[in-house]
Amino acid sequence: MITTKDLTKVYRSRGREVTALDGVDLHVREGEVYGVVGTSGAGKSTLIRCVNMLERPTSGTVTVDGLELTGLPGQEHRAGRDLREARRRIGMVFQHFNLLASRTVQQNVELPLEIMGLDRTQRRRKAAELLDLVGLADKARNYPSQLSGGQKQRVGIARALAGDPKVLLSDEATSALDPETTRSILALLRDLNRQLGLTVLLITHEMDVIKSVCDSAALMRGGKVVESGELTELLATENSELARELFPLGEFGHGRPGNTVLEITFQGDTSAQPFVSQLARTYQVDINILGAAVEHIAGRMVGRMRVELPGGHQDNVVPIGFLREQGLQVDVVNEANGAVA
Amino acid sequence: MTWDQMQELMWPATAETLQMVGVATVFTVLLGLPLGLLLVLTDRGGALQNVLLNRVIGVIVNVGRSLPFIILMVALQTFTRTVVGTSIGWQAASVPLTIGAIPFFARLVETSVREVDGGLLEAVHSMGGGTWTTVRKVLLPESLPALVSSVTTTIIALIGFSAMAGTVGGGGLGTLAVQYGYQRFETTFMWVIVAELVVIVMAIQLIGDILVRRLTHRDQATGVTRLLRSRRDQTVEDEELVLPH
Repeated sequence: MITTKDLTKVYRSRGREVTALDGVDLHVREGEVYGVVGTSGAGKSTLIRCVNMLERPTSGTVTVDGLELTGLPGQEHRAGRDLREARRRIGMVFQHFNLLASRTVQQNVELPLEIMGLDRTQRRRKAAELLDLVGLADKARNYPSQLSGGQKQRVGIARALAGDPKVLLSDEATSALDPETTRSILALLRDLNRQLGLTVLLITHEMDVIKSVCDSAALMRGGKVVESGELTELLATENSELARELFPLGEFGHGRPGNTVLEITFQGDTSAQPFVSQLARTYQVDINILGAAVEHIAGRMVGRMRVELPGGHQDNVVPIGFLREQGLQVDVVNEANGAVA
Repeated sequence: MTWDQMQELMWPATAETLQMVGVATVFTVLLGLPLGLLLVLTDRGGALQNVLLNRVIGVIVNVGRSLPFIILMVALQTFTRTVVGTSIGWQAASVPLTIGAIPFFARLVETSVREVDGGLLEAVHSMGGGTWTTVRKVLLPESLPALVSSVTTTIIALIGFSAMAGTVGGGGLGTLAVQYGYQRFETTFMWVIVAELVVIVMAIQLIGDILVRRLTHRDQATGVTRLLRSRRDQTVEDEELVLPH
């Protein structure tokens, strides 16, 4: 649905060059919620702005719903007609909502419909529908200044959906909200994704956002995508940085010297198997559980457990093989410093 | 000088002042508003970025603002005659008043429009809006309270300028005050006129402030006003609790 190829953005000011995007390849499939996570300055904000050409990339291509936007004419601050048409089919929500203070909630939602050239009756009907969809039908005549942050963002979302877009871009939409409001806004995005088949590309600096709504994620650092993929795949990938961030085990014990410490990750059905007792019975090993956690990620049950087996790595090759046969992901933790080998 | 005599002179002069200021205000807004917008739009990073044009307009505006009004009025005499057909009377005075006020107002417009949050422009761009849409749907409506306040300031400045119009036969209250109060030592009459001007200025400021308050939908109250407002709201709540329903 959204594809970027070798996307580069270089800012030049007073002879100095700053590379905000450095060859970013992104592939967002239709109907998924895709999260880009990274610290501030990682280039994620530039990336999402390049998707609807609010920033024109220095090189590379952006394709949204089969249309190559980078091929459409227009300068940085003045888009050509074709690009403006294309943008009407891409909704965008912002961190600071960007609602017009001079307009009521309903008039704010009507703004994109005015731009599209709908008449008054059509606009009213559509705006009422959209406000109903985001649960703000009773606030239509209020001004944004009379709303809470969460309500403002709901208006922002209703407005972004006015053009019946297939794609919704979310630029840190929950970063200015408290945790509870964040959850409700994320739930709304998830609902819209399911109900309308909306493809959502969101950027955030919070792992929790990725964990609660995303199907896929990309980690950005220094203008590059360091890691990307479906969350379930990432969790099954050994030494995945995103997986570790998504599902930190925290301060679990590191075991005694000389023993082997394993980190076992299990997803979906495998979490129902009593593999610990099976392992103990079959191989007569004493298993010491150092720590364990279970979470819902991308709508699936995911668990991680750190266990200690007596003896070095060589002594435990067979039990480790057994665990891997069960469909479990097993990382061997170096007993000396606790890092993954 | 009796009160009746004063009145006989004052009302026509008041009408002249209001007419020249009124006409000048209309044309100042019509010409100064686009000029102010152009100053913003052609600036670096603006939708119509054109650094050369921006510089040229900037210089013209600065020159216009630094010329003393009296000099402007004399210098424009020929131009005034071609525009309105005469170089005396309130009609003639409204021409230099307009020309003098345009750069002043344009700068006020520029400042007001710059206050509009850039995020709003980005939002409109993301909806597929072009430059004209951002001007019509965002820049002007969002800065409307500030623009109204700029118009108020401009009208008051024009009333001040209009007093000088008397020196070239422009008429109006200023002329009257100079002719009778200054030249014929009718001090009382002069103070009456000054008082009238004060009342007019205060009335315009009041109307402007009321309009601005009505047009403002964001919570702009700061410091003391916010404190007062919250306290007042609290009192209302307390009363509601006490009142029997």
